[in-house]
Amino acid sequence: MSRLSWFNTVSLTLGFAFLYIPMIILIIFSFNESKLVTVWAGFSTKWYGELVQNEAFLDAAWVTLRVAVFSSTLATILGTAAAYVLVRGGRFFGRTLFSGMIYAPLVMPEVITGLSLLLLFIGIGLDRGILTIVLAHTTFSMCFVSVVVSSRLVTFDRSLEEAALDLGCSPGQAFRLVTLPIIAPAVVSGWLLAFTLSLDDLVIASFTSGPSATTLPIKIFSAVRLGVSPEINALSTLMIAVVTVGVITASLVTKRAMMRQKQDEQAAARTE
Amino acid sequence: MNTEVFAPWDDPQAKPLIQFQNVTKRFGAFTAIDNLSLDIYEREFFALLGPSGCGKTTMMRMLAGFETPTDGHILLGGQDIDPIPPNKRAVNMMFQSYALFPHLSIWDNIAFGLRRDNMPKRDLEERVEEMLRLTRLEQFARRKPHQISGGQRQRVALARSLAKAPKLLLLDEPLGALDKKLRQDTQFELMDIQEKTGTTFVIVTHDQEEAMTVASRVAVMDQGKLMQVATPDRIYETPNSVYVADFIGDVNIIEGRATAQGDENYRIDWAEGQPPLTASTATQLSDGQGCHLAIRPEKVAISAERPTDAINAIQGKVHDIAYLGNLSTYHVELPDGTIIKAQTANTRRISRRSFTWEDPVWLSWTATAAVLLEN
Repeated sequence: MSRLSWFNTVSLTLGFAFLYIPMIILIIFSFNESKLVTVWAGFSTKWYGELVQNEAFLDAAWVTLRVAVFSSTLATILGTAAAYVLVRGGRFFGRTLFSGMIYAPLVMPEVITGLSLLLLFIGIGLDRGILTIVLAHTTFSMCFVSVVVSSRLVTFDRSLEEAALDLGCSPGQAFRLVTLPIIAPAVVSGWLLAFTLSLDDLVIASFTSGPSATTLPIKIFSAVRLGVSPEINALSTLMIAVVTVGVITASLVTKRAMMRQKQDEQAAARTE
Repeated sequence: MNTEVFAPWDDPQAKPLIQFQNVTKRFGAFTAIDNLSLDIYEREFFALLGPSGCGKTTMMRMLAGFETPTDGHILLGGQDIDPIPPNKRAVNMMFQSYALFPHLSIWDNIAFGLRRDNMPKRDLEERVEEMLRLTRLEQFARRKPHQISGGQRQRVALARSLAKAPKLLLLDEPLGALDKKLRQDTQFELMDIQEKTGTTFVIVTHDQEEAMTVASRVAVMDQGKLMQVATPDRIYETPNSVYVADFIGDVNIIEGRATAQGDENYRIDWAEGQPPLTASTATQLSDGQGCHLAIRPEKVAISAERPTDAINAIQGKVHDIAYLGNLSTYHVELPDGTIIKAQTANTRRISRRSFTWEDPVWLSWTATAAVLLEN
């Protein structure tokens, strides 16, 4: 281990302070005894207790979770299919246009996406609720899945699919038995990306949600407008904890898989 | 002992397994295969040989079903296979990249094709074990493809493509990824397995030595056309064109004009002030017709004095010597600047070599040593 120079130490500290001080303050104040957010009055976990009894927050959390699961699953199916056609479909008419258009929502301002979806739902007379949020989230997260999956498909050795066909697979079987298992890690990370995007989306959800369904970000945002309560701090801390655990688990799993593969290859080299 | 020679292509009664009937394949404006007809017989080990881009891979992909001919038909056992998709053909292919399924074990890779046929469990297990034994992979059955060496992967690919007992096995540059020593061993293994299983093999390669070693017949291709289809020895000894002579092995080409001199003998005038050469051929050449004389370096003798009984003898001086260990190739420069290669076996120690650089020498060969080719 080499020691960092003082300049590097300072830059690193500054950068990380910038990133994490807000969150650390939020976490500290979630354990505050006092009802006043900015005055420290001793350690307590009572706000977590109150949170568990707050029906409105729990309902919103449940809605958010369902929306995230359904929309990310739908987005993964549609995004993978789109990526497959765009990478594998050969040079069909309008391919360049289509591949440009599928990535356009990535840079589209969310307000515009939300507004256009709202107009659509009103136009076709669809009552706003969980279904409309799911559809809206699928729309905007599908292109992220498509980007992740198509970058994997580009490097996919096509002769693997040909080998599957050659050995008696129908094209559908070849996709299910060979292509999908091999690109599965990309599909899973596409799903995770869509899931997190849906979890913390505020703008599009506020356009497409109705009185019957409110997501957690909308709930927090409207609660904060009436003043920040320690309860909100507690809720946010829990969300940070969930995300942190998720990210660490995902990276550990990937790292272990990579290390195992490396060991296997070294073992193979020795037997030669 | 049964010493019957395997040569169904000489038997007019034999029915070919594969027939290319005036097959043309175009990709846009590019013609990959140009009105090509070819018969391949059962139990043959047939090699498609040519430089990259000559259309050999396209031929193979049409047999596998990944491409369909633009014109003409391909028949397998008398049946037109053009409309049959790859998964319905009794043809299997061994891919150049091996294309092993990385998420499946060696065992499951080999069983993959059998499972698609819904083979009963016991038969399937027996068949996979048989394939593992044939390719000496028993102890690797539970490993994944990335856990074994390149040579072992090559054998897995072979076992997987043979497992379904196809009528025809296609091998696309099967040994390209192996180093030279392993490649030579594997060539003999391939021939062994081909004989044991009695499967018809069609191999695509750009390595002429490989084609000569393994194949019962070789097709030399160039720009979508067949240049010559014959047994390896005939391709080597009696090439039908300068292209084939030049592509297979090393050769000296001398350009000249032919004049008939009695039965099948021709006098070749090839350079001002040089004595004419004599060559015999069954082909009819008219007097004064331009021709090429192709002579293999190992058929050219090199000596200090003019051999008294030599029919063809020319003088030159040693320009360069390529020492290959077992052989030496002398590059001899003729007075007009032409370089002729002569190869000799190094039966004596290198220090006792008879000739060295700049030595005047005589090159000689018999009337039948050279192949006379029309222009």
